[in-house]
Amino acid sequence: MSFNAFLFQAINGLSTASGLFFVAAGLSLIFGVTRIVNIAHGSLYMIGTYIAYSFATKLGGAFGFWGGIVATALLVGLIGAAIEIVLLRRIYRAPELFQLLATFALVLVINDATLWIWGPEDLLGPRAPGLTGSIEVLGRRLPTYDIFLIFIGPFVLWMLHLALAKTRFGRLMRAATQDREMVGALGVNQAMLFTGVFALGALLAGLGGALQIAREPATLATDLIVIGDAFVVVVVGGMGSISGAYLAAVIIAEVKALCIGLGIVHFGALSVNFSKLTLVAEFLVMAAVLIARPYGLLGREQVAVRSVAEPEEPMRPATPTVKIAGLVLLVVLVCLPLIAKNSPYTLVLGVDVLIAVLFATSLHFIMGPGGMHSFGHAAYFGLGAYGAALLVKWFAAPMGLALAAAPVLALCGALLFGWFAVRLSGVYLAMLTLAFAQIVWAAVFQWEGLTGGSNGILGIWPAAPFDSRGPFYFLTLALAALGVLLLRKFLFAPFGYAMRAGRDSPLRAEAIGLDVKRVHWLAFAIAGAVCGVAGGLFAFAKGSISAETIGVGRSIDGLVMVLLGGIQTLSGPIVGASVFAVLQDTIMRSTEYWRALLGGIILLLVLAFPSGIVGGFLKLVSRRKAAS
Amino acid sequence: MNDLAIRSLSKSFGGVRAVNEVSFDIKRGEFLALIGPNGAGKSTCFNMINGQLASDSGEIWFEGTKLTGKKPREIWRLGIGRTFQVAATFNSMTVIENVQMALISHANQIYRLWRPAASLHRERALELLAQVGMRDAADRPSRELAYGDVKRVELAIALANDPRLLLMDEPTAGMAPKERNDLIALVKRLVIERGISVLFTEHSMDVVFAFADRIIVLARGRLIADGDAKTIRDNPQVREVYFGTGKTFSKSEASS
Repeated sequence: MSFNAFLFQAINGLSTASGLFFVAAGLSLIFGVTRIVNIAHGSLYMIGTYIAYSFATKLGGAFGFWGGIVATALLVGLIGAAIEIVLLRRIYRAPELFQLLATFALVLVINDATLWIWGPEDLLGPRAPGLTGSIEVLGRRLPTYDIFLIFIGPFVLWMLHLALAKTRFGRLMRAATQDREMVGALGVNQAMLFTGVFALGALLAGLGGALQIAREPATLATDLIVIGDAFVVVVVGGMGSISGAYLAAVIIAEVKALCIGLGIVHFGALSVNFSKLTLVAEFLVMAAVLIARPYGLLGREQVAVRSVAEPEEPMRPATPTVKIAGLVLLVVLVCLPLIAKNSPYTLVLGVDVLIAVLFATSLHFIMGPGGMHSFGHAAYFGLGAYGAALLVKWFAAPMGLALAAAPVLALCGALLFGWFAVRLSGVYLAMLTLAFAQIVWAAVFQWEGLTGGSNGILGIWPAAPFDSRGPFYFLTLALAALGVLLLRKFLFAPFGYAMRAGRDSPLRAEAIGLDVKRVHWLAFAIAGAVCGVAGGLFAFAKGSISAETIGVGRSIDGLVMVLLGGIQTLSGPIVGASVFAVLQDTIMRSTEYWRALLGGIILLLVLAFPSGIVGGFLKLVSRRKAAS
Repeated sequence: MNDLAIRSLSKSFGGVRAVNEVSFDIKRGEFLALIGPNGAGKSTCFNMINGQLASDSGEIWFEGTKLTGKKPREIWRLGIGRTFQVAATFNSMTVIENVQMALISHANQIYRLWRPAASLHRERALELLAQVGMRDAADRPSRELAYGDVKRVELAIALANDPRLLLMDEPTAGMAPKERNDLIALVKRLVIERGISVLFTEHSMDVVFAFADRIIVLARGRLIADGDAKTIRDNPQVREVYFGTGKTFSKSEASS
């Protein structure tokens, strides 16, 4: 590739960087002040594209386009303020994890609302009036609109800087970013400040979205793609740092542009197609930055915000009642094929539920007792599923071997990713695990030769005697029960205690000789391996596996299952996964808008039942006891 | 022989020399108090000894082993126990499980995956709790304890690895005067029984003068005095840092 072509790609990258910067800056501002990681920020960007499209096409002309962009930004800002007042205000004091989930629920609701209003088609906006031409740069044609974008990014950065440095609102924002409690103690109206910041962040996202309609069509997939990119940018730049966000946006956009520019490069006999690396490239950059600078390029270590989460009850071994209940449940499950003789679908659903239980229990293992909120548990599910499926596809391996390979591959992945992940905590750990899961997903998605890409691998059917519903159900039941009981055993063993000690107080745990990182690393690996079993079973249960089934959605499903049941109890993930799997099955079959319904359920959960089903039940029981 | 030897220890935070060329020793079985006004560098000094902070320069030796550069958990394994300025326990565990955790770690059983932890070292844990007077609370959730009791449990945890040196950063902070005295009397009795050396910081002069074998005084990062209670009490420099000289502000400033 010539130097000129390279330079041209670099210039092109700068125009992409502006778009990234708008979303990331808003996300960063909101996080800095409210400490909420707004997953719905990509959704605000998305509705920005749709609203601007409507203005530009309904009003038409230069006024419809340019005036529409301004109006869109203001409108999205208002929507942001409404979201803050109605929802977020209620959860500022909730644990971090609940905030993430609540904003994720918003993603689902907004996505379905957009689908309802604008329909499922991609909508391509008009070209920008006055900037439809292009000029020649380095022998290639560069659209003038892209040049406009290159300049508007730094311009907004400069405006934000001025606003932060000179205005009272800006000073308050900076103060709140540094010490929220102190700002509150000084009598500043925090509610107003938070609403204002959220509206500003939303406005920036809406602006970013609106500016894109002349380049790309508005689509429903935008929300998750944009939020993924924005997270990477914010984490790389440092949470709460606006300049960091711009710097990171430029770096990410340039790395991507470079990958596209390089195309296929031959290293001797090996040829690497760099343009296929774009999906992974940004996550590789993020992983590298987080490992070298855990708080981002321009970020600072965060002051811990006091959590008001209810303290956890000590773990008690199962009482006779619980043991009997567990035994009864197991007997019922074993008898299920007999009970449900006339409805064969029950067993299919049964297998789904059991796999979900194993998946959720393994996630709970590191999330609850380990305190590591993984947002990328789908990675180990995927590694297990693909580990099994690839063996069957390429080596015609027998089912037993393929199922044994599933946890091994997942274990290897968890050992590798976990080593990095345990070095971080809180939001940064969540983001890094998400990044690793995206890397796994992107590798599967883009390595079509090996994995079949989005078509996936078909024909992974279980071998005799497990090739009919009943026996396969028993196999799943046996493995799921074994996995759940093993993890439970580990939690009551010294290792599980060490995990909790490291979570409760890393400082104290180190002071009594525990290597907290190592303990948590091994816990991560154990959870990954067990999750791999779930993945392997999934591949055989469905007969196929595709990139879509191991995406970010599955990671989030896992989080919802654990929280639905209650993170502080051992039976929580079992109950939560069962309820979730059954609900998902029934909702998905009954309505087109199942995402919004799921989002509604999550919101209800977060606002009304923060301790989950089992946690709520236990509280009820203990209140009864206290009363009598 | 010296148990702990500190040589020219220094640490700066930005432009502030929090600890400046500090050297002292602790002899076997000695009950040594480290005192000084706020900001004197006591906690910084402590956190360098227990490995939580890296020193800028200087050396720390324990029984012929160099501590500087070691991690807190490695230092603990050498036989040095510690308590924290703000006491806390592992909140998701019962009182006895907190002690058992330390015993399990001491016996190198952390990575065991099978036998329930609650069955390990229970007798020994009960013994330790009995020594600090917390045996009756053994099976209560530790997060329910009153602050004074948390301090006692922390002491039991610190004794779990049979330490030969105990570091206690303000062991009685946040306690009522009567509780303070009781706790230090308890520590003193235990260390005499076991021949443990103790280095502790303390704000209550009553406690210090009543129990310490020897006292060292830090002020603005420097060691300014070293001796028994009477020497320290009569030392003019110590009086100056505690009571001031009255010359810090001129009269005109004071009246304006």
